[in-house]
Amino acid sequence: MGGAILEKLNEEGLQKVAFKERLTLLGLTLPYLIFVAALIIIPVGWLFYLSFIGRDGGFSFENYERMTKSRAYIRIFITTFKISILTTLICAIIGYPLAYFMSQLSRRWASICMIGVLIPFWTSLLVRTYAWLVLLQKKGLINNIALDIGLISEPIKFVHNTTGTLIGMVHIMLPFLILPLYANMRSIDKDCLKAASSLGATPTRAFWTVFFPLSLPGLTAGLLIVFVLCLGFYVTPAILGGGARNHGSDENFQ
Amino acid sequence: MTDSSLNISIKNVTKTYDKFYALKDISLEISSGEFMTLLGPSGSGKTTLLMVLAGFTNPDYGSVKFGEDEVILKPPHLRGIGMVFQNYALFPHMSVEQNVGYPQKLRGVSVADTNRSVQEALETVKLAGLGHRGVDELSGGQKQRVALARAIVFKPKILLMDEPLSALDKKLREEMQIELRQLHDTLNMTTVYVTHDQKEALTMSDRITVINDGELMQLGTPNEIYEHPNNHFIADFIGESSLLPVSVKKGLVFFDGAEIKISTPVKNDGDFILVVRPEKAFITSENSDNVNIFAGIVLDSIFQGESQLLVIKLNSMSKDEVILRVRVPNGSVTQVALPAVGQDVKIGLRVADSYLVS
Repeated sequence: MGGAILEKLNEEGLQKVAFKERLTLLGLTLPYLIFVAALIIIPVGWLFYLSFIGRDGGFSFENYERMTKSRAYIRIFITTFKISILTTLICAIIGYPLAYFMSQLSRRWASICMIGVLIPFWTSLLVRTYAWLVLLQKKGLINNIALDIGLISEPIKFVHNTTGTLIGMVHIMLPFLILPLYANMRSIDKDCLKAASSLGATPTRAFWTVFFPLSLPGLTAGLLIVFVLCLGFYVTPAILGGGARNHGSDENFQ
Repeated sequence: MTDSSLNISIKNVTKTYDKFYALKDISLEISSGEFMTLLGPSGSGKTTLLMVLAGFTNPDYGSVKFGEDEVILKPPHLRGIGMVFQNYALFPHMSVEQNVGYPQKLRGVSVADTNRSVQEALETVKLAGLGHRGVDELSGGQKQRVALARAIVFKPKILLMDEPLSALDKKLREEMQIELRQLHDTLNMTTVYVTHDQKEALTMSDRITVINDGELMQLGTPNEIYEHPNNHFIADFIGESSLLPVSVKKGLVFFDGAEIKISTPVKNDGDFILVVRPEKAFITSENSDNVNIFAGIVLDSIFQGESQLLVIKLNSMSKDEVILRVRVPNGSVTQVALPAVGQDVKIGLRVADSYLVS
């Protein structure tokens, strides 16, 4: 070779090709970007701008001051977070074992279970929420049966309170937790658990030291989705919770 | 018998899935400190047997003893075995050190002792200094070494390995075979090794158990299995061999009407198979008393580096083609020049190498 400069054949052309490929890839995001910009970024940005405009039409923080000073607003914030956290926790407690169970099944049975999890989506949210109202109200099916078989002497107040809100919201949110969690659990190498137990871990120990840490990405994703959806949830709390008193997103619609 | 290993005694182990026998009445003894390979094609039941030893599969019935201790009813975590899996099964959320220290942590070993044994195990598998790495930063060969270190760190008396080298490339695999064998000789644990690679089994094992369709076909040293296969299946599965149909009448053996001589006489008449290892057959021009001669035509001649493989169609009256493979070592001093494709040749096979199976 002796220091001879290598001829860089087609270097410029190949760089152009690489640039074009990257441009094409970027182009794939264009429909989404247009959609989001037109329908979300611009209107929300406008709303955000308006939030800094006072009654007199000039720049002011008065809207934010009202928010932090009004007890009603603070109460609504607290309730919103409380309900959202509770719903998320209950979803985790119910959803985690179910997702675990499904991840241990053969693919065929797991798919059948998955259909079961997804079937509620076929019915409108509104219909499902009213169905809960029918079931849970004072003279509803559940109270009637419990009264008839003598389980209770007074009807239990399930709806128009936190209990009703939680029942309805957990029911609606559960699939959002199970889907990412199940997908994550499926991808965990079963041999890892076998390895743990061959190395001396009891099933409980193997679960907490190996399976649970490996399921955390799915669990976190699920919890996050449910929590964020809960914060902005309107219909179910409005119907089962009993009016504007309970949930923050209610207030947004007043 | 050393105290660092245990013998394994397997009796009547049977496992069915619906009506399909995964294991059919398997009984075998593995001596303390022995390197035993379970060899078979995929789906033969060899892995099922290993899983029975590890406790991950419960047989329908049968007994497995480690030393004097019946373990068949014990869960895996109480069996005290080290195990290496095909796809490493390393814990992805732990570092190399944490992976290797895991069994020690479970056993309540102090931090100082754990660290010492982890370093020792990593040195044994030649990974000293990589302890802080994440598992994802390792190559395939390094991952398998970590898995091995993790399996031996607590000095188990029995080591089980499920096709541990099958994911590695050929050159690395062959290096690791030698290393694993050396490691076994140093640590002296009873080792049960599962593989479908007959060459690997021959290279590494003290003894080999050949399993097919859930049945134990033959148990013996690599030499016994290679030189004296019990039956057609093993002759075909172990090594490369050409199988020639022969018939036995009144103690005399005939191939295509011509009598041939064999090393060990057969008692009963009927159809048998002559096993011809390609490296034992040779091109010849002269007849000799203790050599069987076959005539044929060269179909193909393949250069394979260390040798030339000749594919020869034997002259035969039967409708089916009878193919004989002959391996001529590269650079060997043969009396006869390498024949060209299409040329008629005579193939010699010493009587001592002429072995029949049913």
